[in-house]
Amino acid sequence: MKTVCLYFQVHQPLRLKTYRFFNMGKDHNYLDVSANRSIMQRVAAECYLPMNNLLLRLIKENEGAFKVTFSISGLAIEQFRSYTPEVLDSFRELAKTGCVEFLAESYSHSLSSLISPEEFKKEVEAHTALMKEEFGYTPTSFRNTELIYSDVIGEQVAAMGFKAMLAEGARHVLGWKSPNFVYANSLEQKLRVLLRNYKLSDDIAFRFSNQGWGEYPLTAEKYAGWIADENTTGEVVNLFMDYETFGEHQKASSGIFDFVASLPKAMLATGALKFGTVTETAAANQPTGVLYCTHAMSWADEERDVTAWLGNELQNEAFGKLYGLQEKVHELNNEDFNYVWNFMKASDHFYYMATKWFSDGDVHSYFNPYDSAYNAFINYMNVLSDFANEIEIALAEKE
Amino acid sequence: MRVLMFGWEFPPHIAGGLGTACYGLTRGLARNGVEVIFVVPKAYGDEDQRFIRVVNASDVDAVYRSGEADSEIWRNVKFMEINSNMVPYISPEQFERERSRSEKVGEVHHEGDVWRERYNFSGKYGANLMEEVARYALVARQVAIELEGQFDVIHAHDWLTYYAGIAAKEVSGKPLVVHMHATEYDRSGENINTQTYAIERGGMEAADLVMAVSNLTRNIIINKYGIPAEKVITVHNAVRFADNDQEVERGVKDKIVTFLGRITYQKGPDYFVEAAAKVLKRTPNVRFVMAGSGDMMNHVIRRVARLGIADKFHFTGFLKGADVQKMFALSDVYVMPSVSEPFGISPLEAMRSNVPTIISKQSGVAEVLDYAVKVDYWDVDAMADAIYGLVTYPALGELFARKGLEEVNGLKWNTAAAKIKEGYERVINQMNNKN
Repeated sequence: MKTVCLYFQVHQPLRLKTYRFFNMGKDHNYLDVSANRSIMQRVAAECYLPMNNLLLRLIKENEGAFKVTFSISGLAIEQFRSYTPEVLDSFRELAKTGCVEFLAESYSHSLSSLISPEEFKKEVEAHTALMKEEFGYTPTSFRNTELIYSDVIGEQVAAMGFKAMLAEGARHVLGWKSPNFVYANSLEQKLRVLLRNYKLSDDIAFRFSNQGWGEYPLTAEKYAGWIADENTTGEVVNLFMDYETFGEHQKASSGIFDFVASLPKAMLATGALKFGTVTETAAANQPTGVLYCTHAMSWADEERDVTAWLGNELQNEAFGKLYGLQEKVHELNNEDFNYVWNFMKASDHFYYMATKWFSDGDVHSYFNPYDSAYNAFINYMNVLSDFANEIEIALAEKE
Repeated sequence: MRVLMFGWEFPPHIAGGLGTACYGLTRGLARNGVEVIFVVPKAYGDEDQRFIRVVNASDVDAVYRSGEADSEIWRNVKFMEINSNMVPYISPEQFERERSRSEKVGEVHHEGDVWRERYNFSGKYGANLMEEVARYALVARQVAIELEGQFDVIHAHDWLTYYAGIAAKEVSGKPLVVHMHATEYDRSGENINTQTYAIERGGMEAADLVMAVSNLTRNIIINKYGIPAEKVITVHNAVRFADNDQEVERGVKDKIVTFLGRITYQKGPDYFVEAAAKVLKRTPNVRFVMAGSGDMMNHVIRRVARLGIADKFHFTGFLKGADVQKMFALSDVYVMPSVSEPFGISPLEAMRSNVPTIISKQSGVAEVLDYAVKVDYWDVDAMADAIYGLVTYPALGELFARKGLEEVNGLKWNTAAAKIKEGYERVINQMNNKN
């Protein structure tokens, strides 16, 4: 019996408005409120609400046999509160079923784990508190921004008391090994690691509506057949993807919702598959081996590394300058400053500054408000410079 | 004295400095008692005609005579795509806009006699620029015929109008003055467009007198185009200011050092960046602003990021109208590090806004200014020193601002126009003596 672990990532950044040099020192409203609102409302209508309702129905129909796992970034929750509180309600409904797990993550969907263990920990604590507040739920497992993982990050996550963590089943890390087993972190073997099966995950996330794909159209039966097939070795099959896959990346007209609707029955009908949440799946299967990952990997782009966010001098400069403010922001400990600090840390800003847009350009340009990496950088730095300036002023006043 | 003048643009419909310079110059000429008939490829009807008469080349029927195709003009012109480097005083945005627009205009309208064609000039710097340049010459011939007896001398501004000037001279026998506002070497460095170069050179050879906007330009004309020195005179540009001084509230306390212009090789933006990095090492309370856009912009942004100064170095993108004045009003130091600048009006605008100015020695404007710090464009240490001095020692900055304003207010088009008038008289006398 193989366990299918379905996990969905929910995140929306707070997008910056066009913030010019002339705004500096005078205007401290950095956000494009109308874009953030309209995108959130659109995605809620096309994805979050219909998909939540569908999952709720499927969970009820299958009486406990169908389970899913979510992680929702702090920034997404902030925007649900402001623009689409009904989405939060529907997640609460899902939480009540007992068949849905919520993972902890970095509050800001940030890259803090790559630079500051202290900031990383703060963010995870803030996010855990938020989960408790919104869903009355205390996460037991963890997933990092964009599945960023390394031995050291895993060790930190274990130290925070989490039992399992998600990572990419990256070929350059796994080598001949299969992602379809539970692994242990190399530095702290208590921490179990679930690895994404990118082939099967991307069949849904990227290829589902691609009519040029040899397997098009993908039916739930065919897909369940692949997973149940004895050629798919292993004990767990981890299907991790953006929640926006459903209704946004794959539009409703592609039949994605019908596919999902048929999936639980098709999987269970094989007799060889069952569903499990992340913590449950990690606990039920003994690690088959230790995963060695000295350099940070992620689920992004062909390279499966962190160069989508920190791959050129623009990104490195912005990243360095941002985290240069960390101590001062904490020293101030002011609600308004923390709010800005949180949305400025979102990895998305750095993603917009990527210049390696070849094979993965489509993904990078999705939801991207800028027409070039350079404009993204200029705008971000203008906001950051003003923010830094305001921090200095506030600190001077404090003394 | 009456002059038939060929330009490419005229305020208010301008893409850059050429039209502005022509306007100031014609006003000055009018004050000196010179009558000007100003021909532009496309007139809009709202030009300021208090001082001159504007002729719209789009309204003129150009008559194609038999054998026209063999004429000198047509033989030397091939139609070609242009790149933005060929055109003076134009921003890349403007170029993109104009190029896409020029695909729509520029058709020949047949009205009756197929040998009489009226050409609807765009008067822009579009993709079919070369074709417009050649057609402009045909129209100029017609204009010169129709206006026979109404002018004593012909004056053509920049290479775009040189064929027109030559054509007018051919039919009227009047002397020709050509005015070099920029050379192909200023626009493109050593990698010149040979076609543009040939037009410039041909125009200057055919002319009776060449006017250069600076000694720097005059030297290029003599050395690189082989024009005899006695045929080339320098007439420094002047500047006219509209009274739109605005008070701008400053957002940041830091001193602001500004570069304003196209971000292209010619303007030396990378030297500004290197100097900024040096200054920021010594004093944190300065911000640098690069206003403009251009083909080197991304390169410059990367360099700023790599130097780790992006929190103190800001890009505004291309600025228009009031934003330009606003930028000057916010600035504490203005830097023009041009690698090659035939004249350079922008430091004068900065000085007019009470901003102390650093200019490269490789600019024509350096020849007329005393109260501007002059450095070699490549000497980033000297540039950094000057910036540091002006932002750190208020007395120095104030002195340059005050004296600079007086100086810039003394640069009058009337003076420049008087010199131009002398030039006219010289060629008219030469012509009379010959006959």
